[in-house]
Amino acid sequence: MSLWRTLAKRLIMAVIVILVGGFLSAVLVRYAPGFGTDERQLDARLSAESLQAIRDESSAERGIASYYVEWLRKMLRGGLGDSRSMQKPVAQLLMERSGITLRIVAESLAIAWMVALFLVAATWSTHSAPLEKTCTTASGLLLCLPAGAVALLLILLNAPGYLALVAVVFPKVHRYLSDLVGATGRMSHILAARAKGISEHRLLLWHVIPAIRREILALGGVSIALALNAAIPVEALCGIPGIGQLAWQSALARDLPVLISVSLLVIAFTVLANSGADLLADERRQPA
Amino acid sequence: MKIARMVAIVVVSLITLISMGGSLLPGFDYIRQDRKHFSEGPSYEHWLGTDAVGRDRLARLIHGTRVSLLLAPAAAGISVVLAFVVGAAPGFAGGVTERMAKAIIDLALSLPWFFLLLMVRAMLPLNTSPAVSAAITFSVLGLLGWGVPARILLARARRLRQSEFVALARAGGVSHRRLFGVHVLPNLLPVMTAQFWIAVPVFILAEANLSLLGLGVAEPLPSLGGLLRDLESGLSVRSDLCNFAALFVLVVMVSSLQVAFMKHEVS
Repeated sequence: MSLWRTLAKRLIMAVIVILVGGFLSAVLVRYAPGFGTDERQLDARLSAESLQAIRDESSAERGIASYYVEWLRKMLRGGLGDSRSMQKPVAQLLMERSGITLRIVAESLAIAWMVALFLVAATWSTHSAPLEKTCTTASGLLLCLPAGAVALLLILLNAPGYLALVAVVFPKVHRYLSDLVGATGRMSHILAARAKGISEHRLLLWHVIPAIRREILALGGVSIALALNAAIPVEALCGIPGIGQLAWQSALARDLPVLISVSLLVIAFTVLANSGADLLADERRQPA
Repeated sequence: MKIARMVAIVVVSLITLISMGGSLLPGFDYIRQDRKHFSEGPSYEHWLGTDAVGRDRLARLIHGTRVSLLLAPAAAGISVVLAFVVGAAPGFAGGVTERMAKAIIDLALSLPWFFLLLMVRAMLPLNTSPAVSAAITFSVLGLLGWGVPARILLARARRLRQSEFVALARAGGVSHRRLFGVHVLPNLLPVMTAQFWIAVPVFILAEANLSLLGLGVAEPLPSLGGLLRDLESGLSVRSDLCNFAALFVLVVMVSSLQVAFMKHEVS
């Protein structure tokens, strides 16, 4: 299959997933048991007209299909509506906050991957059983901690909040990588190369890593999704004003326009990251 | 690894026994407030101290562990049943059904489920009772967490469909229903059991994250995640080691569950 055809196919799939995902999130919100209840209706200071205006506002969001189509039309014209709870245009909120989330996600992914790769390479080169056991125990322990609890512990230690994202991504990347490298290391062509006296570094760089490059790329895509999901509790608890905190605040305020925009943005990031990783790993396009 | 697994099973059994038995004892009332002792450290009356409103931390920890231990497996059950319906059945049927199921699973796996979970949970009415909020929280976890098990079950069902013993049974005139019920289902059960045990700690951690954001099991009902919020107040008010008791139990329980059922992950 030609590169352009593969690209076009993946792009169409990505757009479909993003649109369906956005619709699904809107449906989930619309049919959640408390949809339409607004705390402002309990405010005794508001007049009957104001209360009616609030009711009309939420009734416009009841027909979810029409609301979603209208929202998509607005988005194509460059507007995403206004946030009810933050009294700001949604596009402005997303612009302000997405940069912060992207930066901390990129930083934490870079650190998590570097640490995981370094430890896997060190374990491979040294064949040290204590190092392997220590790494496995540490990553296993981190896997048992919720991202929010790690964020709170980091606040206690006065450490930067994005390290909580590192603590979420690192154990999964490390565990999967070390399993992959271990399994590949037991393959017959690797054993034969080792028997011929090829150095461990050369074995790892020229024989093991090329053999598992597809899995590494796929893991790269998955780790982006992991970091984005963990960004909600981490940003909310550490007070980082990113997309995760925005999602949390708008969820608490039942702010549908912001919720749909944020979920579409996150779905788009996730889908594009996964599609990019799949495209790079696609063996059918590799020269023979 | 055998010893580690045995230790983990003993630890999980002990935690289960203490949480189930302890919560039935009259002295461990998780709602009762001691109005003379707010945010206090360990004492003879309150072994792990009291929280900000004078409730016994040990009683809340025991009840919270019970809530998580009862509801996380229920959520895991929901997710495995859904995974079976969406993954295993179409995987065995093959053809268009299988392709459609694969597309649905891929879509489900592409979605940021924690964002969706947060949205659904936040939309619950403010007057939802604690027990209902706990049930809904874990049900939503179960309803949203079927993607990975479904993909695994689909792959296993397809492999079984293409296997020689199924072809032989089919050639022998065994009906489609009997083939699935008698020959395929028993081979899928170990995978379903594995996915169930993998999902339990995942759901306990997901509930903990939701509770830390104030969107998990509602007060005054405790859950392990809800008790972690004591850490937050401990940061600003007073920090003693008892603030970490819930975190300690959570880590011990989740790690023990993972070690105890590690054997299942390979099946």
